[in-house]
Amino acid sequence: MKTQTITFNVFRFNAETDYLPYYKNYELEVGQDDLVLDILNRIKWEQDGTFSYRRSCRHGICGSCAIKVNDKPVLSCKVNVLELVEQFGTELTIDPQDKSRAIKDMVIDKKNFWEKYDAVKPYLIADVEEHPDKENIVSKDEAEQLLEADYCIQCGSCVYACSALGVNEDYLGPAAFAKAYRFNADVRDEAKIERLEIVDELGSGVWDCVKCNECAEACPKEVNPIEKITKLHNQLFAENVAAKNVASKHAVGFKHSMEKHGLLDEGELVRYSEGNLGVMKHIPEAITMFRKGKIVLPWNMPKSKNLDEVKKLIKSSSTVEEYKGSK
Amino acid sequence: MSNLKYALFTGCTARESTPELMSSTLAVAKKLGIELVLLDEATCCGASHLQDFDEFLSIVMNARNICYAEKHGLDMVTICNTCQLNTAEAKEKLDNDPELKARVNEKLAEVGLEYKGTSAVRHFQYALIEDYGLDAIAKKVETPLSNYNVAPFYGCHNIRPSHLHKDANMGENPYNPTSLDRLIEALEGKSIQYEDKNSCCGFHVELQAPKTANRLSGSALLGAKDADADMMVTPCPLCQIRMDVQQHNISKEVGRETHLPVLHLPQLIGLALGIDQKQLGLKHHVTEFKAK
Ligand code: SF4
Ligand code: SF4
Ligand code: FES
Repeated sequence: MKTQTITFNVFRFNAETDYLPYYKNYELEVGQDDLVLDILNRIKWEQDGTFSYRRSCRHGICGSCAIKVNDKPVLSCKVNVLELVEQFGTELTIDPQDKSRAIKDMVIDKKNFWEKYDAVKPYLIADVEEHPDKENIVSKDEAEQLLEADYCIQCGSCVYACSALGVNEDYLGPAAFAKAYRFNADVRDEAKIERLEIVDELGSGVWDCVKCNECAEACPKEVNPIEKITKLHNQLFAENVAAKNVASKHAVGFKHSMEKHGLLDEGELVRYSEGNLGVMKHIPEAITMFRKGKIVLPWNMPKSKNLDEVKKLIKSSSTVEEYKGSK
Repeated sequence: MSNLKYALFTGCTARESTPELMSSTLAVAKKLGIELVLLDEATCCGASHLQDFDEFLSIVMNARNICYAEKHGLDMVTICNTCQLNTAEAKEKLDNDPELKARVNEKLAEVGLEYKGTSAVRHFQYALIEDYGLDAIAKKVETPLSNYNVAPFYGCHNIRPSHLHKDANMGENPYNPTSLDRLIEALEGKSIQYEDKNSCCGFHVELQAPKTANRLSGSALLGAKDADADMMVTPCPLCQIRMDVQQHNISKEVGRETHLPVLHLPQLIGLALGIDQKQLGLKHHVTEFKAK
């Protein structure tokens, strides 16, 4: 069988004995069927018995073996090494999901993952009759509304790739939101509003998503967490839970601008979102931008051609009522 | 290079807060002999926010924009990553969901339009690289950028999610994108390697979570600076305006001076092609760029 020599730079750290982590190089012959987990096993079995990593099912279902290779989140038991070589070359860097949470080598402390997960009440909440006389059947169409959010295996790949979470530890993050959606979309569940109130919080909720799409890219189960975040936004408006604040007004403001100009009125969007008082803090930037010719004055505001058509279309295609705000 | 011609969806930013993106794009296209037909009928793409309020409306409006490219019988090019994402996302949904397409077309029919799905949608960056070609661009270089260390900043919405973009961005690896690096090298500049070249600038939460946005931008700017960059270049005007205009706030948040000029991709190309700096609109930058 044809093999290729690959250099693995492997993150090593023992929180109990090491002051700092370090990288150790292992050169291994890799065959075309070798998975990342095979490499981890060979390092442990053939080179250094103290090397630590999590794995259990070897079938992409327990979610325990997630790590990063050249910064790309991977399930070790699912990803072929030579495919990674094709993407990154013959030197691969093997890291735990989050180096700052490393306990031993690939093993990290996932406490923050579970805390965030728990915060959205990730279970079915319903008054269930103890002795029902008929089955509680969910139809195929109703099940499809979950949009496969129930495929999540809690591997954490999305969470430890999330841009917002990387700089805002309060943010609940993609896995928790995907799960909140999973139960909110379940016809049997009765806690939708409760969960929406949780995800509406500024600072920790869906409004703090930077829309980087790292989660969609990272997920090995194609849960597409950002799609679920969009759905939660939609539910926030549909159920009238979204508090009237800078974030919700910002989303609505786009429609207002488009109704009026087709294009976005950038200045007005900021004023509308922030309110007349809040907008004051942007005045220094506005002055600088004005001086640099970056602000279009209201009477010069460009408009889309065929604006009547735009207005007509917005009117007939709107599916959400004018937003008043819950609070 | 014969007769490249595209329908240009400018997005809002190029017509408002980054006029330099508009003028530099048009100047570069002219210099390379690429014809761009402006889609003046187009509206805002919704910037990934309208869909949070009304998803169907967002798809209809993006479909309408594409209709105008189709009417010209041209492929569409975008000059903003977020326009690219929103347009491509709407297109993917419409092309794969006949029922949705029918619902959208019912609305469009009311104003005499029909979405067919005949125009491809690509960011201008990739149209240049794929259709015009790096070698052909290299041949047009008049003032090589050999004095400059340039930090490429790819911007999320051209590279993620990769399954959506793969046909439009030549299969760029979102964890290790290289096209901008190669373009910089074709202009004879030195492309700088730093960790955050494929990271997020935080633009979309600038209003509600400025701390998040400033920390993300700060990390990228400082990473580029520490790798000895003279400037950053990006194909996305949202990344550009965030990192050009907000550097005083970013510096405050990260506790270090971030000072680094941030250029739009066509400005960088324009410099190398010897296009007059006035046309490139360099005077519109808040963090000034000085040619070496
Ligand atoms: S899109 Fe939002 S949730 Fe997903 S990784 Fe980015 S910031 Fe996190
Ligand atoms: S959403 Fe996907 S990436 Fe995130 S924890 Fe679940 S399976 Fe893993
Ligand atoms: S070992 Fe269970 S998912 Fe990989």
